[in-house]
Amino acid sequence: MTKAGFVVANLFRKKTRTTLTVLSVIAAFTLFGLLQSLNHIFDAGADFIGATRLMTQARVSFTQPLPLSMVPQLEGVPGVAHVAYMQWFGGVWKKDNSPIFAFAVDPMRQHQVYPEWVMPEDQWQAFAKTRTGMIAGRVLADRMGWKVGQKIPLSSNIFPQKNGSKDWTFDLVGIYDGSTEDWQKQTQNVFIQHEYFDEANQFSSGRTNFYALQLADGADAAAISRAVDKMYENSPDETKTQTEKDFNVGFLKQIGDIGMIVRWILFAVFFTLLLVVGNTMAQSVRERVPELAVLKTLGFSDASVLGFVLAEAGALCLFGGLVGMGLATVFGAMISKGTGGQFTIDVSLPVWGMAAVAVVAMTLAVGLLPALRAQRLKIVDALAGR
Amino acid sequence: MLSQISAITGLNLRSIPDRWTSSLVIVVGLAGVVAVFCALLAMSAGFASTLQASGRTDNAIVLRGGSGAELNSGLDRDSMLLAREAPGVRKGADGKPLASAEVIVIAELVRQGDANNGANITVRGVEPNAFVLRPQLKIVEGRAFKPGLRELIVGRGVTRQFQGAELGKVLRMRGSDWTVVGIFESGDAYESELWGDVEVAQTTFNRRGYSSVLLGLESPAAVRQVKDALQSDPRLTVDVTDQQSYFSDQTKQFRLTIGFLAGFVTAIMALGAIFAALNTMYAAVAARGKEIATLRALGFGGMAVVLSVLVESLVLALVGGLIGALLAYLLFNNFSVSTLGQNFTQVVFAFKVTPQLVVTGLVIALVIGFIGGLLPAWRAARLPITTALRQG
Repeated sequence: MTKAGFVVANLFRKKTRTTLTVLSVIAAFTLFGLLQSLNHIFDAGADFIGATRLMTQARVSFTQPLPLSMVPQLEGVPGVAHVAYMQWFGGVWKKDNSPIFAFAVDPMRQHQVYPEWVMPEDQWQAFAKTRTGMIAGRVLADRMGWKVGQKIPLSSNIFPQKNGSKDWTFDLVGIYDGSTEDWQKQTQNVFIQHEYFDEANQFSSGRTNFYALQLADGADAAAISRAVDKMYENSPDETKTQTEKDFNVGFLKQIGDIGMIVRWILFAVFFTLLLVVGNTMAQSVRERVPELAVLKTLGFSDASVLGFVLAEAGALCLFGGLVGMGLATVFGAMISKGTGGQFTIDVSLPVWGMAAVAVVAMTLAVGLLPALRAQRLKIVDALAGR
Repeated sequence: MLSQISAITGLNLRSIPDRWTSSLVIVVGLAGVVAVFCALLAMSAGFASTLQASGRTDNAIVLRGGSGAELNSGLDRDSMLLAREAPGVRKGADGKPLASAEVIVIAELVRQGDANNGANITVRGVEPNAFVLRPQLKIVEGRAFKPGLRELIVGRGVTRQFQGAELGKVLRMRGSDWTVVGIFESGDAYESELWGDVEVAQTTFNRRGYSSVLLGLESPAAVRQVKDALQSDPRLTVDVTDQQSYFSDQTKQFRLTIGFLAGFVTAIMALGAIFAALNTMYAAVAARGKEIATLRALGFGGMAVVLSVLVESLVLALVGGLIGALLAYLLFNNFSVSTLGQNFTQVVFAFKVTPQLVVTGLVIALVIGFIGGLLPAWRAARLPITTALRQG
């Protein structure tokens, strides 16, 4: 019998116990996978964004619009290559009152500053030329079933048209994709023409919520953001400029400290699990004390007896971890699909990596004490049942 | 029969201390499940109770039609004046309609313990009547702001969660300086706001209109009257809601999300706990196989054995559940957090571990204990006496 076979055979001597223990480990790792992925969205949700862009908003709050007269001034800041701007439209899909993230933008500036949004050139041209034009992200368009050429009715919960109606209609002239998988997931926005919006709405004129600054190669982002904020200090439109990544992280943080809640749950789950598996291991070693003594009598070293017990614990955790994480991956994909990509839980490689660390830590935590006990057994005492 | 059951059960329960390590697994497992369950739902209960406390049924809030939240709303001066003259609005001490036209703007404050990420905070400009319409609001430190001055009073929730709005501090917003002169408590969503004089706010922030008008009603039923009058007026496009529904509508999405998360997490954890309980009870039964067989040889019935194992498992589950609920209560009750509310600004609220939640948590624990005890009990009762007696 090989050593591995020996370990497996020992695990299966009490089938019910092993099965039940593995099942609780699986439950714990399923939760681990899903919650860590959820946490990941909030923790590192902006990792894929390079530091190539700065976002400028009003210092008080981004709900306070800034004047468009800032465009040439911002373009004049050394190191700033291009400037785009985005005005929040407050879009609402009338049928179910769900929010649509719509921004009024300058089409060609958007094209220039965001190379991550990929769309055929003729659609960009159409967007620039059609006053009532609108483009939508692929994920959103797929979810809503929108096709290029359709007229899309969209309400705004902020801006009425000049005639007082809050119902707008736009022509869908393009659907954009993301340049990478991460960006593709972000294609959930709608862009409309700022020029048209500015003229047609009742009270916002010549203003925008955000500026996106594309920097020249090798420009110092920190220095530029300081320079921009300095420029508007003590003006009625004081600004706050930060990297796009910080901007997104700050935005998510507003929702609350999801990380803290997730950590508490995981702590509770693993503490419980530790006890379950730890108890099983201790029990199985206790029952086998005479056998382990026989092994030692036969010439197995203390170290290899320690190894046997640790390997059993490891096998339990590893198998449970693999199946649990597998289940989490499947559930995550199901949730993403079920919500039409609106809520993506992606059990990614880093999460699997964390799970691997958890498996090792758990193995040591539950296996080490029983294993040491097995290692230190005195043959005479053990065989005598003392 | 009854005496048999109580005899075996008593025997079982008394022997728990001798095998406490394995019994501990059930207790800790269920403590974990119940604690997580209670803590998650305490969050949604706390959020809901904060917002519900904010709303009175004898106040009505007037917003621009279709705007849904004060942030998106805007009313010009004429609409504001028309709204306060609506029939059904009660009169104040001065004989004029009891109403407060308010304007909200958003400021950013930095969270306690954070370095640079700002969070949105509501700054509300109010009329003197605002305090009459919200009698729950009390100034606990400093004094009220003086009309005409750039002075602010700050909610207790804001000072708890964010920096830079302490008494005496000067806040800079859009090139203007505001002094914090007082701190107020109200136990509801308004505690997450900064308040100042509406006219000063309008001139400072260059707002000609108002965000909302809060009306005092003659009776809760008068909301219909106000609504009919204002919505049939061709000069106005407004929504009229009683203040309580306005706030409770805002909690729906949050409660749904948290409810889903809590349900999902609890379900998976409960599964894990059931397996753990089964494991423990099987071990408990196996360890006492001889004992049980002896009892049955003496004439104790199978039913008595089944029930005794079940009772043991239920008692352990209940203890675990109680510990879990207590933990959730000690760690999280009144634990203060904040999240984004309807106005895209922070609402500070505290977790509330309610008796209802605790009871539900204990029921979950008992169900798990029952399932975890049933199969092992069954096995214990069915094991042939002779085999069991010969074992080990």
